[in-house]
Amino acid sequence: MTFERDARTALADGQLRGALRHATTLFGERRRAALATVPDWEGARDRARAIKDETLAHLDRYLEEFTANAERAGARVHWARDATEACDIIGEIAEQRGARTVVKSKSMASEEIHLNAALARRGIEPVETDLGEYIVQLAGETPSHIVVPAIHKTKAQIGALFADKLGIAPSDDVATLTAAARAALRRRFAEADLGISGVNFAVAETGTILILENEGNARLTTSLPRTHVALMGIEKVIPRFADLDVFLQLLPRSGTGQVLTAYQSLLTGTKRTPEDEGPEELHIVVLDNGRSRMLASAVTRQSLACIRCGACLNACPVYRQIGGHAYGSVYPGPIGAVLSPQLFGLARSAALPYASSLCGACRDVCPVKIDIPALLLHLRAQVVAHRVGEPRVLERLAFWIYAAVMVRPRLFEWVMHAVRRLRIMPPLGAWTKWRDLRPLAPQSFREQWRAGLRDEGDVDA
Amino acid sequence: MRVSLFVTCLVDQLWPAAAVGAVDVLRRLGCAVEFDQRQTCCGQPAFNTGYRPAARALARRQIEIFESSAVDAIVSPSGSCTAMVRHYDQLFDDASWRARARAVAERTYELSSFLVNRLGVEDVGASFFGRLTWHDACHGLRDLGIRHEPRRLLRRVTGAELVELPNAEACCGFGGTFAVKYPEISVAMLDEKVDAIERAGVDAVVSGDASCLMQIGGRLSRRGSAVRAMHLAEVLASRP
Repeated sequence: MTFERDARTALADGQLRGALRHATTLFGERRRAALATVPDWEGARDRARAIKDETLAHLDRYLEEFTANAERAGARVHWARDATEACDIIGEIAEQRGARTVVKSKSMASEEIHLNAALARRGIEPVETDLGEYIVQLAGETPSHIVVPAIHKTKAQIGALFADKLGIAPSDDVATLTAAARAALRRRFAEADLGISGVNFAVAETGTILILENEGNARLTTSLPRTHVALMGIEKVIPRFADLDVFLQLLPRSGTGQVLTAYQSLLTGTKRTPEDEGPEELHIVVLDNGRSRMLASAVTRQSLACIRCGACLNACPVYRQIGGHAYGSVYPGPIGAVLSPQLFGLARSAALPYASSLCGACRDVCPVKIDIPALLLHLRAQVVAHRVGEPRVLERLAFWIYAAVMVRPRLFEWVMHAVRRLRIMPPLGAWTKWRDLRPLAPQSFREQWRAGLRDEGDVDA
Repeated sequence: MRVSLFVTCLVDQLWPAAAVGAVDVLRRLGCAVEFDQRQTCCGQPAFNTGYRPAARALARRQIEIFESSAVDAIVSPSGSCTAMVRHYDQLFDDASWRARARAVAERTYELSSFLVNRLGVEDVGASFFGRLTWHDACHGLRDLGIRHEPRRLLRRVTGAELVELPNAEACCGFGGTFAVKYPEISVAMLDEKVDAIERAGVDAVVSGDASCLMQIGGRLSRRGSAVRAMHLAEVLASRP
């Protein structure tokens, strides 16, 4: 019942809802304006999805190709079956290099494996350098959006947070706040022993990783420290360098409504000569953590096509009301309701597939055409078939009765007649607390049909 | 043209005026309307809540009932239930059932789409004096791609003035069992819709699904609003 409780808390938070309404509306408008600049948006979506489908059908082959080419360029590729293995691999790399401070650019995969806590347990301090992530880390919170981690916060709240944590004069001026964060973060970059980043795309044919960002912090993270660790899910690989073309059209437009992000870092291996910029060591950690399970069927496989743009969060009317934290997962919103049960187990997230009105707005905006409503329905069927989560005793009984009645038209009619005659009120407090309940019509359509409507159409009558 | 009415259980029991209106409009346009009284529910509540065996049993019934009639089209005053029929093939592993499901789905139309796209009619001879706004029900809009059809029909209604809501395409928060599983979220979504309807200064909000109309109408009346919730077929059946 955590989802229900946390959603209720969110609904009672006026500041949160104001911030969400403002931000999701703005991102929706920017997205629409940005995709108007692409002559064939639908065609681009189809091409991107076809590339993802092709990759996922031969994922083993493309991952091996990526690994071979990345290692040829000087990177080391590590394979992590789950979160623990990934945290251990990264923790040991950091420890072996005597790292005390680690700078991080934005990575949802690192949130997924709870890397910061794992590093802290080893006495290593992780510092988030993406402004939104930095805000969330200072506040001791978790991101509430996969692209805009601090979307739930107002300027005033961030001003108060910075006054408290950074000792600046309270302000809600964006430039002042950004400058304060920049000054604090520059110091941390200078002292960092290791940089950890995520990966947006990993190109199999060249061994290149691509990181998109707007603040330059990812570029510093991946070039200033002597060692760079890049963490990627197995689904990030794409076959060819030329495939980036379509994804670079889709991702920034869908995510932030930008034609292109301010920075695109294409990183292939380590520096080759001492005069080159960049790290001496590049470690790429390839994470499974439940993803390969999704390859099993066509309906679940499409979950791995996700490029983490966040457009479905901005478009979702449920997310718009409650924000990300209520979902209780690093991946909130519609795609989170689909990914979380598959990654972390249906039992832990059985409520999430039901946290949707199935309106389909997410499917419409998805740049890779993931049929999120179909996935939600698939997961709901799994919840019911495997009796996961709450017992649903009354719901099962209700649907058993419903099915028994609905396959018998005469019984259906008799039941509805009895409900009308005896004025039986169904126990629908969850409806009637906020909404008037429309009463049954005095005469059903089928009764009116028999009572004369049928014959009115008879021209001869 | 011979048409079989797929009334839907909700319209049958709660909003029969929509079906009566649909029959009236279809007959006015020269269609012979049949109604098979064996039909009950298309199975959508079960399908959407995860009860696939129940949904499959009802889908089989619906397919058997509607494939037995030799009509030219099956017409429904619901985009949502029409979309459910379009989803039937996913419920079956068996190729012959999938083919039968698709054959029925291909003949099933939502009312406004049938009138505009199949009959080629926009002016059905209706008259309704007042300001109206259209709420796009999600499944009609996004599963069936119905956007212009109801608006074209409403613009040709004598005396009616159609105004657009800024959030016409946003979900009203019904979502079947969602509306009672998470009523607070459902109503938060609903209130954005109802606020916009009240700001629009309309006499009625019109939609193509009785489910959304129950949700929107239920909140409007709870808030003491004078705005009526009306099914498209009721407006189209209005005569001077």
